[in-house]
Amino acid sequence: MKVEAKTEMTVVQDVETGADLLIQSLIDENVDTIFGYPGGAVLPIYDALYRKKAAFDHILTRHEQGSIHAAEGYARTTGKPGVVFATSGPGATNLITGITDAMMDSLPLVIFTGQVSSSVVGTDAFQESDVMGITTPITKYNYQIKELSELPRIVKEAFHIATTGRPGPVVVDIPKNISQEITTGEYDQTMHLPGYQPTELPNPLQITKLAEAIEQAKRPLVLAGAGVLFADASAELKQFVERYELPITTTLLGLGSYPGSSPLSLGMAGMHGNYAANMAIYECDLLINIGARFDDRLTGSLQHFAPQAKVAHIDIDPAEIGKNVETVIPVVADAKEALKALLKKTIQIPEHGRWHETLQNNKEQYPLWYEQPDQYISPQRLIQQIHRVTKGEAIVTTDVGQHQMWAAQYYTLDNPHRWVTSGGLGTMGFGFPAAIGAQIGSPEELVVSIVGDAGFQMTCQELSVVKDRNLPVKVIILNNEALGMVRQWQDKFYDKRYSESILTANPDFVKLAESYGIRGVRVDREEDVATTLEDIFSYDGPVVADFRVCQQENVYPMIAPGKGSHEMIGVKK
Amino acid sequence: MKRIITATVQNRSGVLNRITGMLNKRQFNIESITVGASETEGVSKMTFVVEVNDDQKLEQLTKQLNKQIDVLKVSDITDQAIVARELALVKVVGSGQLRSEIQGIISPFRASIIDVSKDNLTIQVTGKPEKVDALIALLRPYGIKELARTGVIAFLRGQQPSQVTEINSVFPM
Repeated sequence: MKVEAKTEMTVVQDVETGADLLIQSLIDENVDTIFGYPGGAVLPIYDALYRKKAAFDHILTRHEQGSIHAAEGYARTTGKPGVVFATSGPGATNLITGITDAMMDSLPLVIFTGQVSSSVVGTDAFQESDVMGITTPITKYNYQIKELSELPRIVKEAFHIATTGRPGPVVVDIPKNISQEITTGEYDQTMHLPGYQPTELPNPLQITKLAEAIEQAKRPLVLAGAGVLFADASAELKQFVERYELPITTTLLGLGSYPGSSPLSLGMAGMHGNYAANMAIYECDLLINIGARFDDRLTGSLQHFAPQAKVAHIDIDPAEIGKNVETVIPVVADAKEALKALLKKTIQIPEHGRWHETLQNNKEQYPLWYEQPDQYISPQRLIQQIHRVTKGEAIVTTDVGQHQMWAAQYYTLDNPHRWVTSGGLGTMGFGFPAAIGAQIGSPEELVVSIVGDAGFQMTCQELSVVKDRNLPVKVIILNNEALGMVRQWQDKFYDKRYSESILTANPDFVKLAESYGIRGVRVDREEDVATTLEDIFSYDGPVVADFRVCQQENVYPMIAPGKGSHEMIGVKK
Repeated sequence: MKRIITATVQNRSGVLNRITGMLNKRQFNIESITVGASETEGVSKMTFVVEVNDDQKLEQLTKQLNKQIDVLKVSDITDQAIVARELALVKVVGSGQLRSEIQGIISPFRASIIDVSKDNLTIQVTGKPEKVDALIALLRPYGIKELARTGVIAFLRGQQPSQVTEINSVFPM
């Protein structure tokens, strides 16, 4: 290729640059959507994007945090990797919360950050930050491209690492000179990852052991986590559970992996889980954990966690097995493969009549409950009504706090990949941009974003994107003029000293929405809830709905901090 | 309990940072880490000496190391026949008479004096950490001006003792 000598500012026209090579590599990975925000160090990349416009849909968010949470929502609901572009320095550091969130919740993301030119890396140049240093502990893997020739291989490896095994975020840091460099011929794309071979197929011996344990168990229980969803193993899980009539509970992130309304389902377990589910964990003699990581919000005090149970744990990440809970039957495998292997076994199970009776009794005696006065809007009843109006079929994204727990409790999910929430990191500001990503990934689906008034204000600037793309996302604000969960803990554990948890100067959310050109509604009275919801969900476009709910309402039942799963408080009215 | 763990790793930039960061985050108590070239180009060998309280923590350590993308192999070699060596450089105060006295102390340790100046001398000692500890303790009264240790490097001996099957073992392996 004959190339004129070009200075840095020369406009690239026909030649291929590193940036073009990046775009081509993304096309090769079947990327169709990018969430991002331009800046100095990624100008060459955005220029290549402009020149190859037809290849991608680029969603311009209004803050990098919006990009990454949108990518998380997209990845969670579509199963495809979420791709993010950001510039160097502040662009990259604005992504940190989202990268950590994706790491904690195992979401496949590939994040491309610009970097200052190689020649000035390490000199504290303008908009330089040590992206490699900062992102090392919060990524599954990270790369800084040193030579242009590495780029196609690194992009390929990044997508491979992000999406296989236990998924996770991968950062690729690209110095500006690399994306500007003129390409010379073909580069080798062969992946070289000798230290990375996730185990997908289960050890048959362990499956036999698990089958034997099921045969012997008098009080078996299945715990399903997000691993079932990542493996797309809901059908196999359903078959397994129903063949042997095994009672099942899920984690917060495992909601939807098994139909919540099925008779075998005990609902969610954990800090704000159902009493029946937590008691089942306490009393079971065999706990089959499929793709959950025994997080502390699930287990409560480890000392009292499943004290009578033999624990079996199916997980694709061997490091999760035995990390928090002693495990007798470890199965390192993809959940789908493990379930398939289990389904091939003939298991003679004893009669579990009494066990089912106990669980059924707990379900009937100790259902979820809440106060139902008429003078204010009950947040729990509001979620139930959203469930009714949307027939339980919406994709639901939540922020973090009380409304998140109420959504988990009352928006019963019967289908997988429709629940988007920040579990491990508990990131306020996550829910609304995640809904944008979910809606872009599934344009035909109804996407409801249930948020609190506090969390929504952390990322509400993304209303611009909703307007820009006319995304019919329905934002339901459970507005209690407080940081509800903080207020609840102060109420219960800090003698009602509401330190900095009451929001006295909220915006008018209707006017806020309208200022972005989006329909806003406000509901103050319980009797208007039903008709407003009908109206919102039949409206063909985005809506921000401000529901004034009771501030004093607390989330129950609850495992208090340091307590065991059998010591729930607020179990009955 | 003290364990010696070795790992072979891909020699990529940031690998040491990623591993030490993980160990720090997960609160593993590291006594020493060494890293250097191995017999294969592009592959480095790391040796960790760690203090762990129980088997569960030890298992977590090896699993978390194995989980790293750049880590090729992890072995806990503590209970096997191994060769383990550390090198230390010790600068002690010593002139005149003291020099020959120090020479007498270090010779059973097969240590050697590698630098001498007017008021001090530098000793090089190689061996297991306990031996290095012992020599340092003996030299301390003379006044140690400077001390540097490399940390342990170790691998398996060429020949391992044959496996002994316990006669009363219920589950012979």
